[in-house]
Amino acid sequence: MSILVYVEQAAGKIKKTSLEAVSYGYALAEKTGEGAVVAVALGSLESSELAVIGEAGAAKVLHISDERLNAGVIQAHASAVAQAFEFTGANTLILAKSSLGDAVAARLAIKLNAGLVSNVVELPRLEGGFVVKRSIYTGKAFADTTITTAKKILAIKKNAVDQKLDGAKAQVESFSVAIPESDFSSKISATERATGEVLLPEADIVVSGGRGMKGPENWGMIEELAKTLGAATGCSKPVSDIGWRPHHEHVGQTGVKVAPTLYIAVGISGAIQHLAGVNSSKCIVVINKDPEAPFFKAADYGIVGDAFEIVPQLTAALKAAQ
Amino acid sequence: MKILVCITHVPDTTSKIQFTANNTKFDSTGVQFIIGPYDDYALARAVELRDQTGGTLTALNVGEAETEPTLRKALAIGADDAIRVNSFPKDSFFVAQQIAHFAKAGGYELILMGRESIDFNGGMVHGMVGEVLGMPSFSPVMKLELEGTTVKMAREIEGGKEHLEAQLPLIAGCQEPIAEWKIPNMRGIMSARTKPLVVVEPVSQETQAEASSYQLPPAKGSVKLIDKDQVSELVRLLKNEAKVL
Repeated sequence: MSILVYVEQAAGKIKKTSLEAVSYGYALAEKTGEGAVVAVALGSLESSELAVIGEAGAAKVLHISDERLNAGVIQAHASAVAQAFEFTGANTLILAKSSLGDAVAARLAIKLNAGLVSNVVELPRLEGGFVVKRSIYTGKAFADTTITTAKKILAIKKNAVDQKLDGAKAQVESFSVAIPESDFSSKISATERATGEVLLPEADIVVSGGRGMKGPENWGMIEELAKTLGAATGCSKPVSDIGWRPHHEHVGQTGVKVAPTLYIAVGISGAIQHLAGVNSSKCIVVINKDPEAPFFKAADYGIVGDAFEIVPQLTAALKAAQ
Repeated sequence: MKILVCITHVPDTTSKIQFTANNTKFDSTGVQFIIGPYDDYALARAVELRDQTGGTLTALNVGEAETEPTLRKALAIGADDAIRVNSFPKDSFFVAQQIAHFAKAGGYELILMGRESIDFNGGMVHGMVGEVLGMPSFSPVMKLELEGTTVKMAREIEGGKEHLEAQLPLIAGCQEPIAEWKIPNMRGIMSARTKPLVVVEPVSQETQAEASSYQLPPAKGSVKLIDKDQVSELVRLLKNEAKVL
């Protein structure tokens, strides 16, 4: 089995979730006992960034340096990755589930006639077919899914494997592709991206606030706690609906689904739609003044009390422990 | 302009998920089915764009007879007619083949659907349909405006959004806040009964990745409560017991 991993960048940096996908590819290659992992990276990238892909487990990196691919032009990315897939003779494509990754993977499934499974949570089982476990019903259940095609695409959910950090130096090769002009017919006119912060879907720790925070002016303490932990900030649906926080921070069934190691919920009651977005978290801490808040039933640790007193104390205790 | 909106028939977001037949089938006992919440956003925006352009709006679902009330609801909300492709939606590839076929046959210029279904959460059907039809596909789209044949969109990315411009025809997987959900009024509900709903047979049976069995996550242990005056104890537990710091 020969494996290709599609690696995404954001503003010149390889995404952490993509490095997990590379490590997933490495683990899969170890399991099947065949071949080295090749990664394909698109757009302008410094050699130090390309080196990181090797550390995550790729033996070789195909770099398509066409700067038109710096942005996530969906069709053009799909065409470029398809050519790399055919060039390497791979039969399995691995990528991280993301806004761009999903859109590209779907088009590739048709281009390559490859069976595609998304939200993959662990390595496939290879006895009696290629069986992949994926998360369904927004984290409320799992499905074993058999891919019946010779070529396969797996879109990996965060934390499916640990990211490898000690891989060898990858051999970097420049790779050129012919992308039809029509793939660039849609134009990305502007990109707004929160800078200098930990991105919510990729964060290992998330601190979220709900209506219990009483107003956007009180978010300073949430941000302070998040900063102390190196965490991303999130919020509940009502909070983004009333505009206290931007929509891309909305965690829940119809917002961002997170899978951090630690999720801290402050002043969020824990409606089932919010829980659907956080139930893949490894550890959940709930701070709420209502002891009957349903979130406590889904939590590992809880404090019943006033967030305005507890959050600053928690920040101070964390700083003291560092 | 001809607009197609594809909707899923899925368990209400508050449903307790259970399986039956030795974990090979979804247990629908006591479960209320709805239009997928993301599809509901797509439908609401599609109704607005139909009104703006004076075109027509068709709702399509791939599902067995039990999904008809969900399609009727889409008609009550504002679709002009509906198509039901008479089959269980076996996998993303299967559903995309059906949609692509009937979208092409009907000459639709704008195809909207939710960013993902809330049962299998694949989020793949719009891209697959786009590739089959050779149309650009975009998802998750949170804003979509039509100016002649130019479509201006905002697509959510990790930690922000991207502003895009593309030409019809195209396909978009939608999410909030593209439009406000619409609630059917009495007139809509009455007229939905007589609007055309055609049932067609699937054009192919091919699948690539069907689910074979299901599992529930392990049950959660009970919460460990920490006194509000012992906040540093929480830090200690996160460090030493949960080992997440």
